[in-house]
Amino acid sequence: MNPPVVEVRDLSYAYPDGTKALQGISLAVGPGEAVALVGANGAGKSTLLLHLNGYLMPAAGAVLIGGTPLTRETAAAVRRAVGMVFQDPDDQLFMPTVAEDVAFGPLNAGLTPDEVERRVTKALERVGKSHLRERPPYKLSAGEKRAVAIATVLAMAPDVLVMDEPSSNLDPRGRRRLIEQLRSFGHTRIIATHDLELVVEVCSRVIVLDGGRLVAEGPATVLLNDEALMLAHGLERPHILRHLHPH
Amino acid sequence: MGFEAWIEVSRMDELGRQDTPVHRIDARAKTVTTLLFIAIVMSFPRYEVSALTPFFLYPLSLMAIGLIPARSLLKKLFVAAPFALAVGIFNPFFDHRTAAFVGAAPVSGGWLSFASILVRFLLTVSAALVLVACTGMHRLCAGLGRMGMPHVFVVQLLFLYRYLFMITDEGARMLRSIELRSSGKASLRFRAYASLVGHLLLRSMARAERVYRAMQARGFDGEVRILHPTPLRWSDPAFVCGWTAFFVVARCWNLADMLGALMTKGEL
Repeated sequence: MNPPVVEVRDLSYAYPDGTKALQGISLAVGPGEAVALVGANGAGKSTLLLHLNGYLMPAAGAVLIGGTPLTRETAAAVRRAVGMVFQDPDDQLFMPTVAEDVAFGPLNAGLTPDEVERRVTKALERVGKSHLRERPPYKLSAGEKRAVAIATVLAMAPDVLVMDEPSSNLDPRGRRRLIEQLRSFGHTRIIATHDLELVVEVCSRVIVLDGGRLVAEGPATVLLNDEALMLAHGLERPHILRHLHPH
Repeated sequence: MGFEAWIEVSRMDELGRQDTPVHRIDARAKTVTTLLFIAIVMSFPRYEVSALTPFFLYPLSLMAIGLIPARSLLKKLFVAAPFALAVGIFNPFFDHRTAAFVGAAPVSGGWLSFASILVRFLLTVSAALVLVACTGMHRLCAGLGRMGMPHVFVVQLLFLYRYLFMITDEGARMLRSIELRSSGKASLRFRAYASLVGHLLLRSMARAERVYRAMQARGFDGEVRILHPTPLRWSDPAFVCGWTAFFVVARCWNLADMLGALMTKGEL
């Protein structure tokens, strides 16, 4: 098996008020793999994601990206390797135009203007939003904002895509497009979501968190089909699996 | 004042993205010229009014060439107007000395200095607004950075501007929810108001934190970079020099009086 792109070893984290958000989490994600992080509200999904690109530093344990341990010194390199799509696109889009927003990351990486331009064009094409180039981001629809937010991250050419609730606030068509896109990406993908139907379509593996602990891990269709497990951790068996039968 | 007047801030961004000869002038050239303009306007003696009028040429010509609609600027001028009024309103009460004559009617120094304050306010604030509308806040900040302004101040300015949208947005939503639950009574009780302001602060701090986190995730290191940094062209120094020459001439000679003399007597 290929060495993991993302590896978390015995990671624990407590918020300043003493709340234990993560307790002894260990996981490994291989290259090109799509893994879902599921769990009830407050299970620790977002906290775990914030460790993956060095916004939070491991209090105990370690996070390794491409074999490099995450420290204050390696944080900048880790952030280039791990592209993070946040839950609220409004937090991510703040430049006057879509093109400038997509260029923000590549410009900070110190690329040449030509290369930045090429990345912007390619990233917008990849999400099918080239026509929005010169529009101000705050005037876009929720679906368009989400697509542009993904483009801002793709433009940085990361190895890993980390997404927090990518399908929230999308209409059915926007959600369908998102699913097709997520399936088509060759990146290693880590997706935290409550949208279990999306998980079935996009992810091969599922990690279940509850109360800051990793409680189950396995193939998506097996784990999500385990009604007792799902209910025990504030989840439910996705409807789509009830009707999944061979034709 | 409704929130719409504030939200109009986004309009400045749209105006700033236009492509006109004025927009193509480098942000640094426009900033230097505008600062010079403000300094010279403020340097006039307190009773001066007529000599200030030729200075309207600067904001007005930028507006005309930069296709900036007067309406959106006037609205913002009105928002700031009370400050200028508050500064000057007491002058007529304290300064009764006759300082000039309009026709045969004597005008007191107080009214004259009050008028002078208002004209200066109109000139400087409209010049600053036109600068933003002709440049766009982001290019303006990048220009300030390239002129050697410390990154801390540039980023502060940029964020102040960016967060304005978010705070007004959050505020508008909270006001709406209060309105919906106040059974048609208009009065916002003091306690509810205090709690609203407190919540607004906490919410905007949380959001600022999330925005900063997202910026950091994309490698933000405190330097403001733009996609197409414009190289200085010959038109940029020409813009600065041309306007500076005009400002100096208008500062040294009262162009309005000279024009008046020329029109009425046919001589200078």
